[in-house]
Amino acid sequence: MTNEQQPPSSSQEEIETRLSEQAASLMEHVSKGDFGEALRVISDLNDTRDRTLYHEVGKLTRSLHEAIRNFNIDMGNVRMNQEEELSKIADASDRLSYVVDMTNKAANKTMDMVEASMPVAIEMKQEAHELKEAWGRLRRREMDPSEFRELYKRIDKFLVDLAANSDKVYTNLSEILLAQDFQDLTGQVINKVTGLVKEVEVNLVKLVAMAGKVDRITGIQHEMKAEEESITKGHGPQIQTEGRSDVVASQDDVDDLLSSLGF
Amino acid sequence: MKILVVDDFSTMRRIIKNLLRDLGFTNTDEADDGSTALPMLKTGKFDFLVTDWNMPGMTGIELLQAVRADDSLKNLPVLMVTAEAKRDQIVAAAQAGVNGYVVKPFTAAVLKEKIEKIFERIDS
Repeated sequence: MTNEQQPPSSSQEEIETRLSEQAASLMEHVSKGDFGEALRVISDLNDTRDRTLYHEVGKLTRSLHEAIRNFNIDMGNVRMNQEEELSKIADASDRLSYVVDMTNKAANKTMDMVEASMPVAIEMKQEAHELKEAWGRLRRREMDPSEFRELYKRIDKFLVDLAANSDKVYTNLSEILLAQDFQDLTGQVINKVTGLVKEVEVNLVKLVAMAGKVDRITGIQHEMKAEEESITKGHGPQIQTEGRSDVVASQDDVDDLLSSLGF
Repeated sequence: MKILVVDDFSTMRRIIKNLLRDLGFTNTDEADDGSTALPMLKTGKFDFLVTDWNMPGMTGIELLQAVRADDSLKNLPVLMVTAEAKRDQIVAAAQAGVNGYVVKPFTAAVLKEKIEKIFERIDS
């Protein structure tokens, strides 16, 4: 896109040759005392430097454009009716949101089922406990006939309930089992996104190399301020705790640390 | 015993509330970050605060600091349940006056132990 600014003949070697020629002629004019001519050569030198700059900037702009295209984030070029041309990054964000949705649904589904099963288990446990007590009294012949008739009915009901409740718990457990299918689906999605991240990284490294070249040619220096890591801001889970002394590896480590602080 | 559970993930709030219920604490309320939790704490007469660290808006450590700086809340027991595992952070939480620190992922037994320990210390 910067072709028009770039003299067609200014290849790198040519520029270098011209520079050394001009430098030599500058020396010559200065030693002869021909300062008028020397100044003209200096202005030529300037010209050559500018052309080199244009040439390099032109080359870099092209590579930059190429790199950005590789990123596929140029939403401006997307024809909205062609979904397959949607940016990969936007797609990756959608995919990750899908992972969050899926894990959220699975976690809630599992908890629904657990919460539905717990009272059933408690109810059965309680009834079994009471029946066992009554049964003990019966065996020790401490029960009168009216109590026995009551117990007889209760045991009958308990057995019916037991079958129904076991069924309910079993159904809930299989639903919990099924809810774990998110692992497969989200795993596939995450693997795809990981692939994209790697691809982006490669392109980003190229981009950084190019930006470094621009800085070298133009002599631009950046004042880089190291981002201060605030402690109040959370870091999220530590993925790799092994071999790191700044991170605790377990609850025991936390307890040790706190007790060393007088807790 | 009224407990406020603060975490930005509803599933984690639900897990903690379930565990608390198993421990016999049925009177719980929830908030999704520090800035919603703080006004609730000021008006809600809570006896105990369980909070995550990493939340959008106001973080857990900021909430802890705000609680300790508030005359009506400064004695409220606070348990931090968080994935934050840097030593600096744990030290910072201790300095800010946390009463207990549980790192995620945690077990029901660990949560129970820490809560009991906090109440033991308060009672003694």
